[in-house]
Amino acid sequence: MILVVNGVEHELDLDPRTTLLDALREHIGLTGAKKGCDHGQCGACTVLLDGRRVNSCLILAVTQQGTPITTIEGIDHPVQRGFLEHDGFQCGYCTPGQICSAVGMLDEVAQGWPSAVTDGGGDDLLSDAEVRERMSGNLCRCGAYANMVPAIKEAAAQ
Amino acid sequence: MTATARRAVGQPLQRVEGPDKVTGAAKYAAEYQVDGDLAYAWVVQSPVARGRLADVQVDPLLDVIAVLWHGNALPLEDSDDPELAVLQSDRISYRGQAVALVVARSLEAARRGAQELSLTIEKEPHDAVLRTDDPDLYTPDVVNPSFPSETSAGDVSVEAPVAVDVTYTTPALHNNPMEPHATTALWSGDDLILYDSNQHPAGVAATVGALFGLEPDQVHVVTEHVGGGFGSKGTARPNAVLAAMAAKVTGHPVKLALPRRALFSMVGHRTPTIQRVRLGATADGVLQVIDHEAYSQSSRLFEFAEQTAVATRHMYAAPNRRTGHRLARLDMPTPRWMRAPGEAPGMVALECAMDELAVALDMDPIELRVRNEPTVDPDSGKPFTSRHYVECLRQGAARFGWEDRDLRPRQRREGDWWIGTGVAGATYPTMAQPSTARVRDLGTQEFEVAIAAADLGTGARTILTQIAADELGVPVERVRLRIGDSTLPPASVAGGSSGSASWGWAVTGACRALRETGKSEAVFDSSELIAEQEKEGKHAFGAHFAEVRVDAVTGEVRVSRLFGMYACGRILNPRTARSQFLGGMVMGMGMALHEEGVLDPAMGDWVNHDLAEYHIPAHADVESVEAEWLDEQDTSLNPMGSKGIGEIGIVGSPAAILNAIWHATGVRVRDLPARLDKILPYL
Repeated sequence: MILVVNGVEHELDLDPRTTLLDALREHIGLTGAKKGCDHGQCGACTVLLDGRRVNSCLILAVTQQGTPITTIEGIDHPVQRGFLEHDGFQCGYCTPGQICSAVGMLDEVAQGWPSAVTDGGGDDLLSDAEVRERMSGNLCRCGAYANMVPAIKEAAAQ
Repeated sequence: MTATARRAVGQPLQRVEGPDKVTGAAKYAAEYQVDGDLAYAWVVQSPVARGRLADVQVDPLLDVIAVLWHGNALPLEDSDDPELAVLQSDRISYRGQAVALVVARSLEAARRGAQELSLTIEKEPHDAVLRTDDPDLYTPDVVNPSFPSETSAGDVSVEAPVAVDVTYTTPALHNNPMEPHATTALWSGDDLILYDSNQHPAGVAATVGALFGLEPDQVHVVTEHVGGGFGSKGTARPNAVLAAMAAKVTGHPVKLALPRRALFSMVGHRTPTIQRVRLGATADGVLQVIDHEAYSQSSRLFEFAEQTAVATRHMYAAPNRRTGHRLARLDMPTPRWMRAPGEAPGMVALECAMDELAVALDMDPIELRVRNEPTVDPDSGKPFTSRHYVECLRQGAARFGWEDRDLRPRQRREGDWWIGTGVAGATYPTMAQPSTARVRDLGTQEFEVAIAAADLGTGARTILTQIAADELGVPVERVRLRIGDSTLPPASVAGGSSGSASWGWAVTGACRALRETGKSEAVFDSSELIAEQEKEGKHAFGAHFAEVRVDAVTGEVRVSRLFGMYACGRILNPRTARSQFLGGMVMGMGMALHEEGVLDPAMGDWVNHDLAEYHIPAHADVESVEAEWLDEQDTSLNPMGSKGIGEIGIVGSPAAILNAIWHATGVRVRDLPARLDKILPYL
């Protein structure tokens, strides 16, 4: 099968049970996407599929042949600098997923997608409450959430 | 030794490994490319809480390299940690215990093989429930690490004019670092290399090496980056031993990353507690009685006696005091350390009871605490080297906006929300442990500083760089810090909030020796200085403040504001220190509101062993959380004047939230976590 990751084609001979996350980590050697739960519950494995954020542990690699896949190794975005400046991480294990998720989320906001806390009254889709709600699929056990919010908001303003 | 002008210490230097972490370049234990034909292991966990594993049948058609169980496992040398005697016995001591290991050429095949294994188990009746009327309860000789189980002064049976007698219960809590415990093991001849996620590379090397009968220089543990630990990676865990055994038996390098579910049983957790606190005071709020009795549990394998009531010994003055611990040995997994073991649950009971006493006295809860501030450590009778608890309460109150707070509950309502505020004290012991550091002048105006420390996300790599730069008198860019490798000079565990003090002390000594001797290399071992040091009276203090809103219709609790004011000696890096404080408070919020291992007594296990059902705080739960600190000077501690800060944030913060829930609603939740079903019936 062929996977296109960060613009590079990888020809692979994989067990059909292989998840996209394991294909990236164990077969392509891109270990930036993390395995935190393998159940789609923590978000550490978040990557972008054709620009949309997904939990790569819940996707079989064989179903994504030809889809443009972006991992943290393929991202160069102001969110990363924001995380450094605001100390938006500690152990760093959820961080690639948080950053991929934030990049995908900012695109969703640019397209005007509402979240569960959007009331439809033309409010700021990047208020603190919006960012927190939209990022809630990505857990951080170090509790660096409060530092990620300004990091993401500043990146969005750039 | 001469004092060196401080330039880097105290500055908010960004994490030195930060760029690697935000680009995915930082390597964790399961992410190394190793030479050889890598095999994958999957652990098989016991489906019963007690019994014996009589046989394992392997389908010959399974696509596996090996199946290891006690019937064919490599014999290990004895260990003082029975949990590490993996696959050595047919005895099953808890549900979730590792009983077999499947090794295969792919992760998929290993996992499938584990699912297909047929286990013949002789099941026995089990007991999984902690209760205060268990006839087998006993008083351990000591509680962790070596405190007396019981202390007393005066007579706690005296009648005080105003008294509270309350019981608080806390559930099993699970560390759940984001990186599950993982090991990649390979043998090079008789030498063992482990890429392992842990808090103590040198300790893991020594422990695992001893199990395989190896000399210390035959084991190399690499722990460059660690995806959190919170105590659960403090010592070698079964994954390291299993991976090493599998690699030995199969001849392949073996990667074993535990599935999230296994973290709930195999690597430790915080024991559930039942705590009775009796406080008695004069009518004007002077404590006469402090009595704190704590019940906790351990496994059949191992006596782990958590020091739940020990913090109470140091907090408040009273003529009549008693603390005690009772332990039950159950057919359950062994509890271990979890962030502020003892202090975190113990201070829930004490600081909520203090709030209840303040209510009974009709007194401001800060004033009650100030009124009972001891002049010396009540436990030892010796002075504290520094204690600024009252200042934390007073200045924290000013910063938080405590003035004009109505003492009565259920006075503030905005829309559907009841709003209230609460306060609780915080404390954590200040410790240092022997460590050795080496510094080399690389001759390029750069210096290599080496110590086998581990950075779990604490900022250790960063603050050690700052300390070394100042002691060498060079900018931080000139310091090349090497940690996370057991072959470096030995360092103590990243635990007990002691990393900065222990490793910083060794680094300081090595750098000063290099300057004083003018040589190109210097090594410093802090053991003698630490052995000579007075240990008593060294504690960090703080005060936590919470504002909550409770939905009058649903009982949902939201923490609108969480604030910590700390007195923790010299703050070495305000950027990373603030993050540690906030992280502790957020975990404290989880303890107050979300986290709970829900026990199924029939199965003898927690049923919610994944991150969908074991709730930890998510982005949406964390609104305003802030930390500030006093400029506390204490030269008696260590060369940096620092106190540990990794754990104090979770001490008292849960109590502040629970006290705020009472203030908002009048509902006193004494059984953690404060789920809405415990509040709603009383709204």
